[in-house]
Amino acid sequence: MHYILKYLKPYRGRVIVGSVIKFLGTIMDLVLPWILAYLIDDIVPLGQIGKVVFWGVVMILVALLGFVGNVTANRMASAVARDAARGIRHDLFRKVLSLSGRQIDEFTVPSLESRLTSDTYHVHQLLGQMQRIGFRAPILLIGGLIVTALFEPVLTLVIVALLPFIAWIVFRVSLKGIPMYADVQKSNDAMVGVVRENVQGIRVIKALSKKESEKKRFRSVNTELGAKEMKAGITMGVTNPLMTFFLNLGMTGVIIVGAYRVSHGLTEPGKIIAFLSYFTIILNAMLSVSRVFVMYSKGTASANRIGEILDAPEDLTVTEDAAPGKGLPAHISFDGVSFSYREGKTQLHDISFTVGRGESLGIIGATGSGKSTVIKLLERFYDADSGRIAIDGRDVRSIPRDELYAMFGSVMQNDVIFEDTVAENIRFGRDLDDAKVRRAAELAQASEFIERFEEGYEHPLTSRGTNVSGGQKQRILIARALAGEPDILILDDSSSALDYKTDAELRASLRTLEKRPTTILVAQRVSSLADCDKIIVLEKGRIVGYGTAEELNETCTIFREIRETQMGGMIVD
Amino acid sequence: MTEKKKNEGGSGNHIKLSVVLRLGSYLFRHPLPMILAVVIMVVSNVLALAAPELSGHAIDALSLDGGVNFEKVFYYCALMAACYVVSAILSYLLTYVMIRVSKKVTIEMRNELFDHLLELPVSYFDGHQTGDIISHVSYDIDTINASLSNDLLQIFASAIMVIGSLVMMLKIKPVLVLVFAVTVPISVAFTRYKSVYVRPLFKKRSAKLGILNGYAEEILSGQKTVRSFHKEDVFLSRFDERNRDAVDAYYEADYQACAIGPSVNFINNLSLALISMFGTILYIFDKITPGNISTFILYSRKFAGPINEAANIIAELQSACAAAERVFALIDMEPEKPDAPDAGILSGNGGDVGFRNVTFSYDGEKVILHDITFDAPEGSVVAIVGPTGSGKTTVINLLMRFYDIETGNILLSDKPITSYTRDSSRAAFSMVLQDAWLFAGTVYDNIAYGKDNASEEEVYGAARAVGLEDFILSLPDGYETVISDNGSNLSKGQKQLITIARAMVSDAKYLILDEATSNVDSRTELSIQTAMRALMKGKTCFVIAHRLSTIQSADKIIVIRGGRIEESGTHDELLRMDGFYASLYLSQFR
Repeated sequence: MHYILKYLKPYRGRVIVGSVIKFLGTIMDLVLPWILAYLIDDIVPLGQIGKVVFWGVVMILVALLGFVGNVTANRMASAVARDAARGIRHDLFRKVLSLSGRQIDEFTVPSLESRLTSDTYHVHQLLGQMQRIGFRAPILLIGGLIVTALFEPVLTLVIVALLPFIAWIVFRVSLKGIPMYADVQKSNDAMVGVVRENVQGIRVIKALSKKESEKKRFRSVNTELGAKEMKAGITMGVTNPLMTFFLNLGMTGVIIVGAYRVSHGLTEPGKIIAFLSYFTIILNAMLSVSRVFVMYSKGTASANRIGEILDAPEDLTVTEDAAPGKGLPAHISFDGVSFSYREGKTQLHDISFTVGRGESLGIIGATGSGKSTVIKLLERFYDADSGRIAIDGRDVRSIPRDELYAMFGSVMQNDVIFEDTVAENIRFGRDLDDAKVRRAAELAQASEFIERFEEGYEHPLTSRGTNVSGGQKQRILIARALAGEPDILILDDSSSALDYKTDAELRASLRTLEKRPTTILVAQRVSSLADCDKIIVLEKGRIVGYGTAEELNETCTIFREIRETQMGGMIVD
Repeated sequence: MTEKKKNEGGSGNHIKLSVVLRLGSYLFRHPLPMILAVVIMVVSNVLALAAPELSGHAIDALSLDGGVNFEKVFYYCALMAACYVVSAILSYLLTYVMIRVSKKVTIEMRNELFDHLLELPVSYFDGHQTGDIISHVSYDIDTINASLSNDLLQIFASAIMVIGSLVMMLKIKPVLVLVFAVTVPISVAFTRYKSVYVRPLFKKRSAKLGILNGYAEEILSGQKTVRSFHKEDVFLSRFDERNRDAVDAYYEADYQACAIGPSVNFINNLSLALISMFGTILYIFDKITPGNISTFILYSRKFAGPINEAANIIAELQSACAAAERVFALIDMEPEKPDAPDAGILSGNGGDVGFRNVTFSYDGEKVILHDITFDAPEGSVVAIVGPTGSGKTTVINLLMRFYDIETGNILLSDKPITSYTRDSSRAAFSMVLQDAWLFAGTVYDNIAYGKDNASEEEVYGAARAVGLEDFILSLPDGYETVISDNGSNLSKGQKQLITIARAMVSDAKYLILDEATSNVDSRTELSIQTAMRALMKGKTCFVIAHRLSTIQSADKIIVIRGGRIEESGTHDELLRMDGFYASLYLSQFR
């Protein structure tokens, strides 16, 4: 909950002003029965219709004030909730963008997504309601008690005696509710996960006629979600009837105690009537409180889930370089690097290599041999378990993120196209003029097909690039990587969908660059790596060959094998 | 299409009524609990109404001129307490029943929506953001759900309360009720006016949240890319725009909705003031007892409470209706065209495939395939070759009936593809795509996915054949290792191998390999070649690939350029023709 309060803090001025207005507006609701009592007990006996009408008009004015006050306060509360919710979502999204690969894997994308939208939505709702009803109800309760205490202290005690019971119920039930709603949200993640998979895999599902089994899978997560929602709802549902019961019981008590007091001449029936009127106000207020508590439990569960992300320790912090200046002055160097995604299964063993500025390095090896992992470590999506990775002699762990990422232009496996124009997909939010975007597209051999689009560079691409072919997608991604004129260009198996000819043209055009970036190229085809200055051959996470293509051909049997299997070469895609 | 539907839904009152009725119809699929709920509600409300009447008697008993009649006071108080006890029990029972029903309805509704989603044509998924689709199943249904369990019943309860109170008040003093003749119509008219005004705002709120969800999903899927370009700020600010839209839409709806409660409260207070005024005037003229006034005021409060509640609920109900409109629009969206009534099952025999003058366009404007005609006899391997974007994948889309052709014909076993049921013709194909898709489940389940009731031997055998066995056994739980999030920790090549294993388990008689091994290294590919041959054996195969080894041995190579068949034949024939294919082939030796 403290996360939420933190976000309300900047608006405390508005919250206070709103509360004061709300307070005044609510007080009006309390003044009404007071006037009523006065009317019945003091004015009526006078028998003057003029006075009755006067007080009637006063009542109407008071009601009007109450109306204006409540509406204004509600709207202010709504505005504060809007701004606070916006802030929470903003911070949450920023944090999510900064999560490391490992953290994303742990939280999973569907869960992050539902925290970003559905959980923040619950909190938004809670923020608004809390200020509105959550504030109004206690005022009505306390105000009602004070007013009643003023003219009938003894009867008020009857209500006060009930309060501990009610507080206890509310407290117990909402405390029970929080973990239940947390559970609900967790099941919701699972449900969202299934929908997401189905939307993304619809072709495979339809192709394999798996609709029925997918429906079954959805049924099971959906039923579980429903059961958890039901459990939470039934638990929370106990508050309302119990509270009403206690308050009504109190009302009965008031009449009995009142009867004694009337008979002893300590009070008048009019006061009891007014008292009961307050009582109804208090009762109604408490009923809306029970709604707020459902929301409170739900909102707290959501707030905690948001908090989990916001509190996630910053992974991959920038640390001091353990051995500054150590190592070779090469542009990129790996020195004895080992890494595992999870304990026990080492992905990379003792990897060492260097790449000079402007040189190119090719990485080749079997599926699962660790090629992409090398890239992920260099780009610091993960930290190596041991060894040192350096750029210009500086440990990557010591380079601030701004600086580090500004060095790279990369295309990853499974890289994404966003729903935007071609130009924007290449520009990718950077401050690049049209000329640069076009130049990059030309280098990536993409300009030819882009210009064939009716709108050219303004051609809209759909989410995940469903309206372009695989090869076109890859060339747009390559253009994106090139557009920023990076120091280090990383192409991770990113020309696999290009035909031989286009691939060759791409490589040729990269050679024409005046300032050649240091390039790391992961590929399946030997031909793609033919002009690399150095090639690494990976096998089960170890370097089994390191040298030029010619050298490897002599020394490395695995390389030779790969080459031989590809003698037929590639043709078009 | 969707836009149009939305607009239609947005206008006019009776459409909203139809949404409410349709929501209601979900509830009445459970007639017994609903009847039970209504009965409980009526009884518990009658009891709740009886209590003020009793308290009126009690008050009268203590304001007698001759002192307090304790006996009567106790009698009525005891009755009151009894009423409250029963009413509390009943009201919890009611909550219980209603929550059960509403959750059932929610589950059914979600199932229905999901089922329908799977029936929608692939074009829907190609054109919508994942996150936006998800937001229908999650947020919109949640909103409906929140409303179903409380609001509909509350409104009903409120109505009973209001009517009951009115009757009771009429019994006391018909004249005073005249006051309500002024205030009630004002309340009703006001609430109606407001709700018409508010509903489009709620709809906008739903829509904006959907957009936000879509964007969040999209950027989350590309989080690594965003990080590697270090453009978090740019995407954060774009997210902020959508975030602002979403919270603003929420605020706009709330701005109107949050005035409803106080307004109705005001109208009630107005009536309270009027009642007090006229009540006391009546008292002065000795037409009414103080106990009467008290009871009357209690009733008018009882009267006001539910009306207040109802006003608040109507705001919520509006948001539920807005969400329901979105859900229903999706449920009503046209599914894939139903199979022809006489559609048959594509079964065992034959395996010829023919394209006859097929012309196709996705959007009705830009023609992707022009007049494609070719034959693929049973058991043959057809390679489709062409520059990227030339329409190769479209051929696959048509074969799988992800899209339907308008001109020309596709023949399976000499009969038009549309003369078979979609399910059976799709089931006849197995397919390995470049974008390997895995679901969150065990490795075993992902392989076994290719065939219902696949045996363990089949699964293990397939994994062995694609050379994955060592890798799988090295995973912490072997075959039972759960793949999460589309296999984010597997390499693309490993994912492709798993989907190839999946295809091996299947015994479909047609096979589509769309860049199936593009991310598998060539040695692994070589080592699984025997397995691939076994996979292709006896099946009619369509292969899109750029590895010559696969293409060279094809029975027929079709070269597509710009959506037309430029040439076709075997490898040798095409080389002899010295056309486009030959030039591509020779380019690698240059």
